[in-house]
Amino acid sequence: MTVSSREDGVIIRVLAGVGRIFLNFLATVGKLSMFTGRALMHCVTPPFYFRLVLRQMVDIGYYSLPVVGMTAIFTGMVLALQSYSGFSRFSAEGAVATVVVLSMTRELGPVLAGLMVAGRIGASMAAEIGTMRVTDQVDALTTLSTNPFKYLVAPRLIAGLTMMPLLVLVADIIGVFGGFLIGVNKLGFNPANYLTQTFEFLEVKDVVSGLTKAAAFGFVISLMGCYHGYNSRGGAQGVGTATINAVVSSLILILIFNYIITEMFFAR
Amino acid sequence: MNSKPPKIRMRGVCKAFGPKVVLDGIDLDVADGESVVIIGGSGTGKSVLLKCILGIIQPDSGLIEIDGVDVSELSSAERDELMGKFGMLFQGGALFDSLPVWENVAFGLIQARGMDRDAARTIALNKLAAVGLGPEVGALVPAELSGGMQKRVALARAIATEPEIIFFDEPTTGLDPIMGDVINDLIVKCVRELGATTLSITHDLASARKIAHRIAMLHGGKIIWQGSVAEIDQTDNPYVDQFIHGRAEGPIQMQVSR
Repeated sequence: MTVSSREDGVIIRVLAGVGRIFLNFLATVGKLSMFTGRALMHCVTPPFYFRLVLRQMVDIGYYSLPVVGMTAIFTGMVLALQSYSGFSRFSAEGAVATVVVLSMTRELGPVLAGLMVAGRIGASMAAEIGTMRVTDQVDALTTLSTNPFKYLVAPRLIAGLTMMPLLVLVADIIGVFGGFLIGVNKLGFNPANYLTQTFEFLEVKDVVSGLTKAAAFGFVISLMGCYHGYNSRGGAQGVGTATINAVVSSLILILIFNYIITEMFFAR
Repeated sequence: MNSKPPKIRMRGVCKAFGPKVVLDGIDLDVADGESVVIIGGSGTGKSVLLKCILGIIQPDSGLIEIDGVDVSELSSAERDELMGKFGMLFQGGALFDSLPVWENVAFGLIQARGMDRDAARTIALNKLAAVGLGPEVGALVPAELSGGMQKRVALARAIATEPEIIFFDEPTTGLDPIMGDVINDLIVKCVRELGATTLSITHDLASARKIAHRIAMLHGGKIIWQGSVAEIDQTDNPYVDQFIHGRAEGPIQMQVSR
């Protein structure tokens, strides 16, 4: 009797723990949905803060160029080397240009740019808004008749959504150029042939799917940065936690959305 | 005798965070042009009280009226508009560190009133002068200022839009006694010039005596005593007596583990 009641106690504790985690998860999903809905509503209703949108666009688009460009060019170069040495095993070296351009536009351009920007922008948004939250600056906005969602969140969402596709377009071009450099200078391709092969099998859909991913990733990065920053609590440590959560959650969501969007475009 | 509704009217306002009850039925009236100071120990919910009136925190129950209008029934746009009546000096200043000092002061004018930047800048520099800061300070960023200067800039920002109601959250905390008194004088001067209604919270009694018409004491989530500045020294309320004399022994038990 006592043994079985003790066992019951253990089972109940385990189940209660599982239930608590599940309920917390649902509460977080609900909170995030409310946050997203409010943020989107404030993106499309006046007043608009054009200066702030512009500043965020410069921050996300322009200042991310070096890191995204470096990522893209080395990825393109590695792709050319890897596919050449791999495909030469079954005498398909001619496919190198096609492999480079399809991999860059469909997959590596948006995903790698997304991961780099998540580290750069997601972290900075969470830290900035988080610090504003814990030093009462967010509440101060409210007392100055300025809605924090309009002033802080909406400009970042709009900038993330619009600048990521542009950034990824540039990354695609730089990545293909990286592949071209290796293909022509190291692997002995004829430059004209390499370019012809690059565009021979490239479809509009390849690029559009990549840019759609980019827009989704940009939105997710800004949303996670703002959400975790906005809800940060408790001083420097709270801001640190918010920054970690913003980066980790946007990285995971990028990988999940990458699969979903690929499925939407290319699943047969 | 007076048919005009009080500027701020609170009835039975309650707020709890989880199991911790912070406000437990607050009843408070602040008349037009009156300066009320709420005193009370650290962690008694003074800041929460102000944030409830501002709508930054939603009270669990109770009534809050501004000029006779129930604030809980306002739409988000109406609430933003109502905020135009308020100014607030935050405890830590809460200056926007990404903006220069003058833009901090001019923020309410530019963002909420849609004033053009040059006109707002002129007003901001005037307000800075009113709190004893020269125009050269306007170009600095808040991180370059000392604590006392930050408080003065925050005061200038709170009064820049000439609000009808101003809240001061611990205006003198963290300042030396002389700078504290400078801030008190500035508050009294600015409030008199604007004719504003003010509600302040502090545990600095020198400050309370200087800026208040009426003092209310918050303890255990309730207003347990209120009266004029003169009355506070005559009261036989043991809580107030303990607080103003700063004794560790008495009816107020601080949450200190020994």
